[in-house]
Amino acid sequence: MNTASRFKLSAPALRRWGLGLLGAMLLLALAFVVMRSGPLAPTRITVHKAENATVSPALFGIGTVEARRAYLIGPTAAGRVLRVVVDVGDRVKAGQLLAEMDPVDIDERVAALDASIARAGSAAVAVQAQRQDALAKKELAAINARRFADLADKNFISAGALEARLQEQTSADAGVSGADANLAAARQDMRRLDAERAGLRQQRNNVRLVAPADGLVISRDAEPGSTVVAGQAVLRLIEPATLWVKVRFDQGRSAGLVAGLHADISLRSNPALPLAGKVARLEAVSDSVTEERVAQVSFDTLPVGLSVGELAEVTVNLPTTAPGLVVSNASVKRQGEKTGVWLADGSGLRFAPLRLGQTGLDGRVQVLQGLQAGDPVVVYSEKELTADSRIKVVDAVAGQKP
Amino acid sequence: MISLAGRDILHSWGKFVLTGVGLGLLIGVTLTMAGVYRGMVDDARMLLNNSRADLWVVQQDTQGPYAEASGIRDDVVRTILGLPGVARAANVTYLTMQVRSEAADVRAMVVGFEIGQPGFPGAPGYLVAGRHITRSHYEAVADVKTGFALGQRIRIRRHDYTVVGLTQRMVSSGGDPMVFIPLKDAQEAQFLKDNDAILNDRARNAANPGLNRPGVPGLLEAIQASQASNHNVNAVLVQLRPGFEAEAVAEPIRRWKHLEAFTRAQMEEILVAKLIATSARQIAMFLVILAIVSAAIVAFIIYTMTLSKIREIAVLKLIGTRNRTIAGMILQQALGLGLIGFIVGKVAATFWAPIFPKYVLLEPGDAVRGLVAVVVICALASTLAIRAALKVDPAAAIGG
Repeated sequence: MNTASRFKLSAPALRRWGLGLLGAMLLLALAFVVMRSGPLAPTRITVHKAENATVSPALFGIGTVEARRAYLIGPTAAGRVLRVVVDVGDRVKAGQLLAEMDPVDIDERVAALDASIARAGSAAVAVQAQRQDALAKKELAAINARRFADLADKNFISAGALEARLQEQTSADAGVSGADANLAAARQDMRRLDAERAGLRQQRNNVRLVAPADGLVISRDAEPGSTVVAGQAVLRLIEPATLWVKVRFDQGRSAGLVAGLHADISLRSNPALPLAGKVARLEAVSDSVTEERVAQVSFDTLPVGLSVGELAEVTVNLPTTAPGLVVSNASVKRQGEKTGVWLADGSGLRFAPLRLGQTGLDGRVQVLQGLQAGDPVVVYSEKELTADSRIKVVDAVAGQKP
Repeated sequence: MISLAGRDILHSWGKFVLTGVGLGLLIGVTLTMAGVYRGMVDDARMLLNNSRADLWVVQQDTQGPYAEASGIRDDVVRTILGLPGVARAANVTYLTMQVRSEAADVRAMVVGFEIGQPGFPGAPGYLVAGRHITRSHYEAVADVKTGFALGQRIRIRRHDYTVVGLTQRMVSSGGDPMVFIPLKDAQEAQFLKDNDAILNDRARNAANPGLNRPGVPGLLEAIQASQASNHNVNAVLVQLRPGFEAEAVAEPIRRWKHLEAFTRAQMEEILVAKLIATSARQIAMFLVILAIVSAAIVAFIIYTMTLSKIREIAVLKLIGTRNRTIAGMILQQALGLGLIGFIVGKVAATFWAPIFPKYVLLEPGDAVRGLVAVVVICALASTLAIRAALKVDPAAAIGG
């Protein structure tokens, strides 16, 4: 009875307390909500003290595997392909016959010339015989002329008879000269035909396509029977020992690129295994359209199974900078025309304009001016910061640290 | 003086609190719906803020790059840089696509931007983890909403990218999270066809006697090469020098460069008034209906609460309580109910807003407007109840 009455008495008080507690909890929840979200909520940031370290700048570019020397093997005049004796993937030696163009009528023309030369030889023999004949006539004419001159001296014959013999002798001399000239002409003719034949033989050799160097056949562009024009490729060769990577570097991040620097090459086919190499050549002309610098990077040792045209990523390591202040590139911001970082010292946020040096591929940036060691640099923030942002420093805003 | 309303509430506080909480959840839904609408508009504004541009230069006669497709040559930026008043200008590409990772694919807007310069237009302005892109290829910065982690490999078209940094609240106007990659990779991702299409195109070109002439070696190769390369971007983002009017810089670009240029205000107009207009109006319409329904329910609850007490009110009248006291009791109860409902609603909305897949922005202004509306509706609803209470015949206390 007593307990029951006490319960009855205290019930409204309990209710009042309960209701009051509920109201207080609601108000607390509202206050929490208002402080946690909306304009009053602080922006969570992380702060990292500026420290001394070195930056290992590196340049990153992509390229394709190419051969330093590649050969297009094709005819010097339009023609039809007669036969192709090698196939893609064949290794060939310098001077080896690779393909042959159809010589069309060259062989027949050579035969015709051979016949012409034989005929010219016969002609020369005939001319030689004529010369012998002329010489004999000349001799006889000279003897006759001498004898008639003696007789004329003794006045046994008339002057007219002597003159006839003298004329005979002159004719015989002219006949010899004519025969000499004929002989020379026949010989010149033979030389001409010989030269023509030699020329044709050269042409005959020219339709044979031979390897200019030891190499590997990478494509077979024309098959027997197809017609190609002068300069068109029948076969393509490369020298596999001269494979290198033609790398394109963004012009904006190619400072410090010189020949001889060490490079790491990651091939698309095996990115987990970087290969050592070095910058073999830096091209003097860079691409103005793509704004890229072109360099050739050679392998220290050629990997097995390398394919031409394969994509490769190349990282060129530049000399490490002297120790100095570094910040993460995530902390570098731009305010108007100035580049710098936000500093979160006790009072609030302050923007510190900086002069920055080189950047490493790991995202660390060298600070040349504008920062002291130990300055609290804002690295990550939930949103864009301004000088009067309310902030709350936390260990990590999201995710894990790199 | 004893509070009649307080006494009554204490009498049946369980019912009162439960009614308040129920009302609160309804108000919470209404506030959330307002938040969804605000979130849509904010997504659009955020897109403009994050690009940090004062001027958007796009293809002539288009409203690109967000509302329409726009394509311009990537060397246009050099022409723009030479104009007076231009401090910085940068190429940018936007492409909404499915980004694949090992687990699943995520719908994201892939942004190609010119890397290297902090604070350049188009670049992600702030990070929540990791670092900015340092390599000119195959690195990405992703919004945390994509669910990607640092170091994760993601696939965009035919290349794998490493996520090196995470950012937050970088979304497209449709609310898709952004993935930032270097411009050249993005150009390739946007315009490079798949392997089958490339092979088919090559075969088609080779079969065309006009392009594959027997006597012209190299012609076909040249045509194939020219078809495989691309130098287009979607827009050029421009930042102005201090002291230059955006319109004054935009005007010569439109007139002499034969391109379209939008200022920040025009871009916002395009995004908010055109791009998201229909879906935003859809949400707004729903919000209006929800607000009306909520108001009606609040009014009915208060009215029925009063009617359920009609006998007690008759007793009060019988013992000579003044009408003002009775009206005050009903009004106080109605307002109390409204306040509890508002607080519960605001708290509930704040707690469930982050779970929504798209951004829900609960503006303090909306909360204040909601509070005023709740108070006014409660007051109006209580007048109905008061009228009913005052009309009660004191005899009903003993009659029924």
